[in-house]
Amino acid sequence: MDYTFDFTSVWEYREYLVNGVLGTIRLTAAGTLFGIGVGILGAVARAWNMPGLRQIYAGYVELIRNTPFIVQLFFVFFGLPAIGVQLTEWEAATLAMVINLGAYSTEIIRAGIEAIPKGQIEAALALAMSRYQIFCHVVLRQALIKIWPALSSQIVIVMLGSAVCSQISAEELTFGANFIQSRNFRAFEVYFICTGLYLLMALSLRQLLASFGRRVLVRRAP
Amino acid sequence: MSDFSTWDIVRNLLLAARWTVAMSVIAFVCGGVAGLALLFMRTSKTQLLRIFAHAYIEVFQGTPLLMQLFLLFFGIALFGIDVSPWVAAGLALTLFTSAYLAEIWRGCVEAIPRGQWEASASLAMNYFEQMRHVILPQAFRIAIAPTVGFSVQVIKGTAVTSIIGFVELTKAGSMITNATFAPFTVFGLVALMYFSLCFPLSLYARRLERKMNVTR
Amino acid sequence: MSLVNVSGLHKRFGDVHVLKGIDLAVKEGEVTAIIGRSGSGKSTLLRTINGLESFDAGSIDVDGERITTGRTDLRQLRLKVGMVFQQFNLYPHLTAGQNVMLSPAVVKKTDKRHAEAIAREMLAKVGLADRFDSYPDQLSGGQQQRVAIARALAMSPKVLLCDEITSALDPELVNEVLAVVRKLAEDGMTLIMVTHEMRFAREVGSQLVFMHQGRIHEQGDPRMIFSAPSTPELANFIGSVS
Repeated sequence: MDYTFDFTSVWEYREYLVNGVLGTIRLTAAGTLFGIGVGILGAVARAWNMPGLRQIYAGYVELIRNTPFIVQLFFVFFGLPAIGVQLTEWEAATLAMVINLGAYSTEIIRAGIEAIPKGQIEAALALAMSRYQIFCHVVLRQALIKIWPALSSQIVIVMLGSAVCSQISAEELTFGANFIQSRNFRAFEVYFICTGLYLLMALSLRQLLASFGRRVLVRRAP
Repeated sequence: MSDFSTWDIVRNLLLAARWTVAMSVIAFVCGGVAGLALLFMRTSKTQLLRIFAHAYIEVFQGTPLLMQLFLLFFGIALFGIDVSPWVAAGLALTLFTSAYLAEIWRGCVEAIPRGQWEASASLAMNYFEQMRHVILPQAFRIAIAPTVGFSVQVIKGTAVTSIIGFVELTKAGSMITNATFAPFTVFGLVALMYFSLCFPLSLYARRLERKMNVTR
Repeated sequence: MSLVNVSGLHKRFGDVHVLKGIDLAVKEGEVTAIIGRSGSGKSTLLRTINGLESFDAGSIDVDGERITTGRTDLRQLRLKVGMVFQQFNLYPHLTAGQNVMLSPAVVKKTDKRHAEAIAREMLAKVGLADRFDSYPDQLSGGQQQRVAIARALAMSPKVLLCDEITSALDPELVNEVLAVVRKLAEDGMTLIMVTHEMRFAREVGSQLVFMHQGRIHEQGDPRMIFSAPSTPELANFIGSVS
C-alpha cells in the first residue's frame, strides 16, 4: 500500500470538525427534548385509551419504526415543500429527528407506564388524587426511571443517526467531514477522526444520560 | 412538469427494491455467521479474544453506520483496490450486523441458568461441547424473536448505502425524484415499500416474543 | 488407602474465609454424610472436590490424582467424580434418555447405540426405564432428580457427590430419591452427600462429618455421634433439625 497517511492536513480544518460536533450536539439536544415530549404525549394517548388519538399514534409509531430514517428525512425536506411546507435544512433535520425519536419513545414510555402495578393507582385514587395528579406524581416519574436505560439507548442511536442529516446539508459533523475531505482529498483520515469523534460523543452521551438518570430522576433523600 | 406516470415510478422503485432485499439477505446471513464467531470470542475464556470482541462491538454500536460505510469504502480504496459500492455496502452491513447480533445472542446465552453450565461441566464437558449441546440449543429458542426483530434494522440500514452510490430503493427514489420533480409522491412510495418489507417482520417478531413469554 | 483425600483445604470468597483447613478422607465404598448449618461451608467443600470451586491452599487427591490450587484441566477429574445438584439441572430441551446419553456420547466418544444402551440401563437402575422419551417438564421433581442421578452414573464415576439432592423436593417425593441412593450405597458406590436428612445419614452413612463455621467440628460413626454429640454446637444443631 503506497499511501502515506496525513492526519495533520485534517488539523488545519479543525474548526469545521468543532462546528460539526456542536451542530450534532444541538441537533441531538433539540431532537431529544421535543422527541421525548412527543413520546410522553403519545404514551399517554395509548395507555389511557383515548379513542381516535390512540389509533393515530399507533399508525404513526408503526410507520416510523418500519421505515429508514433517511427516507423520513428526505420526505420532510424534499417532500413537504410539494404541499407547501418549506423548511430550512436545520428545521427539516430537527423535525425529522423529533418525529423519529418521538415514535420510539412513545413505545418505550408506554411500556414503562403499563408496568406500573395497578395497585399503586388504586391507592392514589383512594387518597383522592385526580387522574392528572396521579399521572404526574405517581406514574410518570416511576415510568421514566424504569425505562431510562432503554430510552438512553434510543437517544444514542438517534444521535448516531444524525450523521445522515448531512445529506440535506444540515451542518453537523458528517457534513463538516464531507466538506474537509472535498478540500484536502484525505477522505480516510477525515472520516477516521470523525468516527472517533462520534464514538467519543456516544460514550459521553451514555455517561451523561446515566448520571442524569441517577441524579435527577432517582433523587433519593440522603 | 413530469411525463412519468405513477405506475412508471412504482415499477422502477420495485426493480430497485430487489437490490434492497438482496443486500439485506446477504448482510443478515453473513453477519449472522460472523456474529456467531464473535459470540464465541466474546464469551471465551481467553481474555484477548474477549477484549477484541468487546471492542469491536463497542465500536460498531457506538458509531454511525454511515461512518462505517465511508471508512470501508475509502479505506479499501487506499489499497489500490477499486471497490464497487455494493461490495463496500455488503461488507459494511455484514460487519454492522455481526456486532449487533453478537450482542443480542450474548444476552440470550447469559439468560441460561448457571445450573446448566455447572451440570454439563460436572459431566466433564469442555466449553465448546457445553455451548454446542447444552447452552446454544436453549439460547436459540430465546434468540429467535429479537433476531427477527433485528432483521428490520438491517433492511433499514440498506437505505444508508445509497449515499455511497449503491442503487437500491432509496437511491432509486432520489434519482426518480430528480427526474420527475415529484418528491412527495416518490418518497411517499419509497416509504410505503420499506414499510411493506419491514412491517410483516416486525409483527412476526412481536408474535414470537408473545409466544415465548407465554411458554415461560 | 482413601479414594478421596482432602488435606489442609482453605478457601476464601473475597474477605470471607469459608473453608478454614479441612482434612477429610473417604474410603472406597464409604458413604460420607456432611451436615451443618447453612453457611458452614459444606456445599463449598463438596464443590471443590469436582472443581466447580477453586481453593486457595491445601490439596485434594482423588483416586491417586492430585488437584492443586492451579489445576485447570478438570476434565479428567470429572470423569471420575460425578455430581447431583439440588436443582437437578436437567437439560430442558432434551428427553430424559438424551440427558443421560449426552456426555457419554460427546465426551467419552461412545458410539450412539452403545450410549443409548447405557442410558436405558441407568434409567432402569433408578426405576425410570419407561420414561426414556419424556422431557423434564413432564416429570415430577422426584423423577427429575432420579434422572439426574442416572445421568451422573452413566459416566461410571468412582465417587458421586450429592449436594442436598432432596432439599428442593416436596416431602412425599424425597423417599423415592433416597431409596435410589440407598441402593447405590448397598451396591458399593462411594458417596459424599451434603444432606439435611438426618435419619438417612444415620442409617446409611459410614461416616458423619459435622461442619461448623468452615471447620470440621466433629467426625465419626453416625450412630455414635447422633446419640452422643461431644460438642455443644452439634448438640444444638441436632436439636434444631429434629
